[in-house]
Amino acid sequence: MDIVLLSRLQFATATMFHFLFVPLTLGLSIMIAIMETRYAVTGDKIYLSMTKFWGKIFLINFGLGIVTGITLEFQFGTNWSRYSAFVGDIFGSLLAIEATAAFFLESTLIGIWIFGWRKLSPKAHAAVMWLIAGASTLSAVWIIIANSWMQHPVGYVLRNGRAELSDFSAVVFQKFAVLQFLHTISAAYIVSAFFVMGVSAYHLLKKQSITFFTRSFKIGLIFGLIFSIFTAIEGDMHGVHVSEVQPAKLAAMEAHWETARRAPLTLFAIPDEKNERNFVEFGAIPGLLSFLGYHDFNAEVKGLKDFPREERPPVLISLFSFRTMVGLGTLFILLTIIGWLRRNRLLESPLYLKAMVLSIPLPYVAIEAGWVLAEVGRQPWIVYGLMKTSDAVSPIASSQVLVSLIAFILIYGLLGITGFYLIIKNAVKNPARG
Amino acid sequence: MDLQGIWFFLWGLLWALFFMTDGFDFGIGILYPFLGKNDFEKRIMINSVGPLWNGNEVWLITAGGVTFAAFPLAYAIMFSSLYSGLMLILFALILRGVAFEFRGKIDKKIWRNFWDISIFAGSLVPAVLFGITFANIFKGLPIEQSGVSSGSFFDLLNFYGIIGGLLFLLLFLFHGSVWLAIKTDGELHERSKSTALVLWPFLLIIALCFLGASWFFTKLYDNYLANPILFFDILLTVAALFAARFFIKNDDFFKAWFSSAIVILGSVFFGIIGLYPNMLPSSINTDFSVTAYNAASSPLTLKIMLVVVIMFIPAVIAYQAWAYYIFRGKVTKEDLSYEESY
Ligand code: HDD
Ligand code: HEM
Ligand code: HEM
Repeated sequence: MDIVLLSRLQFATATMFHFLFVPLTLGLSIMIAIMETRYAVTGDKIYLSMTKFWGKIFLINFGLGIVTGITLEFQFGTNWSRYSAFVGDIFGSLLAIEATAAFFLESTLIGIWIFGWRKLSPKAHAAVMWLIAGASTLSAVWIIIANSWMQHPVGYVLRNGRAELSDFSAVVFQKFAVLQFLHTISAAYIVSAFFVMGVSAYHLLKKQSITFFTRSFKIGLIFGLIFSIFTAIEGDMHGVHVSEVQPAKLAAMEAHWETARRAPLTLFAIPDEKNERNFVEFGAIPGLLSFLGYHDFNAEVKGLKDFPREERPPVLISLFSFRTMVGLGTLFILLTIIGWLRRNRLLESPLYLKAMVLSIPLPYVAIEAGWVLAEVGRQPWIVYGLMKTSDAVSPIASSQVLVSLIAFILIYGLLGITGFYLIIKNAVKNPARG
Repeated sequence: MDLQGIWFFLWGLLWALFFMTDGFDFGIGILYPFLGKNDFEKRIMINSVGPLWNGNEVWLITAGGVTFAAFPLAYAIMFSSLYSGLMLILFALILRGVAFEFRGKIDKKIWRNFWDISIFAGSLVPAVLFGITFANIFKGLPIEQSGVSSGSFFDLLNFYGIIGGLLFLLLFLFHGSVWLAIKTDGELHERSKSTALVLWPFLLIIALCFLGASWFFTKLYDNYLANPILFFDILLTVAALFAARFFIKNDDFFKAWFSSAIVILGSVFFGIIGLYPNMLPSSINTDFSVTAYNAASSPLTLKIMLVVVIMFIPAVIAYQAWAYYIFRGKVTKEDLSYEESY
C-alpha cells in the first residue's frame, strides 16, 4: 500500500483520537476550578462533592489525553521525517516550548491535585486546579500556533534547503493563530458544556441529587450559551481569513467550481470531482458565498477549476465536514437558548432534558469535523504553498507503517472502549449514594 | 563553547534527567509483580510513584521536543530509523499510563490482573529498548549518505545492544528498589532493601562489561583519550555505584538514591561525552554521521530556545522538587484510603 496514504491514515487516527479527550480537559478543568473555588470560599459541602464527582471523570479523561499525546509528539519524526527536517527550525521549537512551558506544569500538578487533598489547604488545592486549567490552555496555545504555521507559514526564510526562523513574533502572533486558537478553545468549551449539561440532565430525569445537578447544569449552560454564540461568530471571522489565505479550501468546502462574482451558497450539493461539477445541487442563495468568504456580496470567489487539479483538496470531505460543523453549531445555539429560557423549570422539561442527554456526542462530532475540514482542506500541502504532503513522508518501508497503523487501531480501539466505559460508569453514578 | 555544543550537552542532559526520574518508575513497575505479595502491597508500590510518574514522563516529551527544535535532522533520522522500536516504546508507555489510572477503577480480579501485566510490560519494554537503542546509537547506525538508515529492528539486537539493554534494565531496577525502600516500611521495605543488595553485584558486572565492550564496539573512548580529564566521569559513576551500596547497608536510603541517580546520569554522560560532536554516528562512513553541527537549527532558533530553557527548566525543577517534597515520607494505609489513589 502507498506509504503516504498509510501515514496520513495513521496520523489522522492518532490526532483525532487524542482530540476526543483534549476538549473536555480544556473546559471541564475550568468548571471544576470554579466549583472547587466556591467550596474553598464558602465552605458549602455540595461544591466539594461536585468537585469530586466531576473530578473523577476529569481524571480518567485527562489520563487518556496524556497517553495519546505522547505518540503524537514523536510521529512527526517517525512518519514525517522529511517534513521534520524541513520545518524543525520553526515547528520543532513550538512543540518544545509547549513541553517545557505547559506539559511539565500540568503533569506535575495533576499528581499534586490527585494525591494532595490532605496535604494542601482547600484554597491551595483549588489554586492547583486553576493552574492545571491554565497549563492546559497554554498547551493548546502552542500547538495551535504550530498548526497555524502549517496552514499559513510566516516569519521564515528558505535557507539551507529548509524553512528557517526569521521572525519569532510573526509566527506567534499571526492572525491565523489567534483566530484558530479562539475558535478551537471555544469549541472545546462547547464540548465540555454539553457534556456537563447532558450528564446532569440524565440525573435530573431520574430525579436524583437534584440541587447538585441543577447547579452543575447551570454552570454548563452559561458556558454553553456564551460559547455557542461566540464560536459561530468567531468561526465566521475565521472563515473569512481562511478564504483569504487558502482560497482552495473555501472553494472545496463549498464545492464551488467556476470563478464568479456574487458567488451563490448552495444549501445542498454532491460534488463530482472527476467531471469538475456537482451531481446535484439546490437551494442556491445568490451572493452568500461571496459574503461568507469576504464579507462582501459582490466579491469574486475563485472556483476550483482555476486551481491545477493536483492542487485541489478533496472536495467531498471538505464539503461534508463543513456542513456538519456549521449545522451542529446552529443547533447548539438553539439548544442553549431553549435551556436559558427554561433554566428555572428544568425538572418540568423532560423532553428538553432527554434531548440534552442525547446531544452529548454532537459537539464531539462537530469538533472532529472542524479539524477534518482544516486538515483535509489543506491538502495536498503539508505546509501550505511550501511543501507537499507526498514529499514529507519518511523514507521507510510501508510495511512498517501498515503494522503500526493496525496496532494503533487495535490499541486505541480498546483504549477508547474501556475509557468511555469508565467515564460513563462514573457519570451515571448517583453522587448522593457515593 | 559554541551554541551547537551547548545544545548538544543540553540534549544529553534532558535524556539523562528522563532516565534519572522515570527510571525508578520503570524499575518499580518491573519489580511490581515480584515484590508486591498481595493487593495491599501492590497498591503501596503503585502509589509510591503515583503522584510523580506523570511529571517524570514529561522529561521524555521534552527530550524529544528539544531534539526536534535544536537538531531537526537528528530528530528526523533518529525516530524514522528506529521506527519499530520507538513505536513499541510508545505503545508500552500508553499501557503503563492507563494501567495506573484504570487498575483500581473496577474491583474485579481479572481486570486488576490485566492491568498488573500492563504495568509490568509497560515498564520492562521501554527500560530495555531505550538501553538497546542508545547502545546502538553509541555504536553507530547504518546511515547512508542520503540520511536514510538501512537497518531493521532486529539489527539492533546485537551483542553490544543487548548489553546496553541489560545495563539500563539493571540501573532502573536498582534505582526503583532504592526508591521503594524509601517509600515503604515493614516487610516490603526489607524486601526492597534486599532486592537492591542482590541486584548490586549484577549491576556492577554489567556496567564493567559495558565499559569494556564500548572499547571494542564503539569509538566512544576517542574523546576520553584525547582529553584524559574526562575519565573523571567514569570514575565518579563507579564511585557513586559503590557509595550506593554503602548507604544501603547503612540504611541511609536517601543518600543511596542520590548515588544511584548519579550512576544513571554518569552512565548516560559516559556515552554523550564519547559521542560529541556526533549525535548519530554512521556505521557506514563517518562522513554520513549526523552531528551537532550539521543537524542544528539556525542560530536564531537555538538562541530563542536557550532563553526558553533557561527560563523554564529551573522553574520545572523547582516545582517538581516541591511535588517530591509534598509527597515525602512513606506511603501509608491512610494514603491508600484516598478515593483518588491508584
Ligand atoms: C464544537 C465545535 C465547533 C463548532 C460548533 C463550530 N466549529 Fe468551526 N471548527 C472547529 C469546531 C467547531 C474546530 C475546533 O474543529 C476547528 C478545526 C481547526 C480550528 O481552528 O477549529 C474548526 C475549523 C473551522 C474552519 C476552518 C479553519 C481552518 O481551515 O483552519 C472554519 C472556516 C470554521 N471552523 C467555521 C465555523 C463556523 C462558521 C461555525 C458556525 C457555526 C463553526 N465553525 C462552528
Ligand atoms: C487535534 C486536532 C487535530 C485533528 C483532529 C487533526 C486531524 C488530521 C487529519 C484528519 C489529518 C489527515 C489529513 C489528510 O492527510 O488528508 C491530519 C494530518 C496532519 N496533521 Fe492534523 N489534526 C489535528 C491537529 C493537528 C495539529 C495541532 C498539528 C500540528 C501541530 C497537526 C499536524 C498534522 C500533520 C503533520 C499531518 C500529516 C500531514 C498531512 O496529512 O497533511 N494536526 N490531521
Ligand atoms: C498533532 C499535534 C499534537 C501533539 C503533538 C500533541 C502532544 C501532546 C502531548 C505529548 C500530550 C501529553 C502531555 C503531558 O504528558 O502532560 C498532550 C496532551 C494535551 N494536549 Fe495535545 N497534542 C496535539 C494536539 C493537540 C491540540 C490540537 C490541542 C488543543 C487544542 C491539544 C491540547 C492538549 C491538552 C490540553 C493536553 C493535556 C490534557 C489532556 O491530556 O487532555 N493537543 N498533547
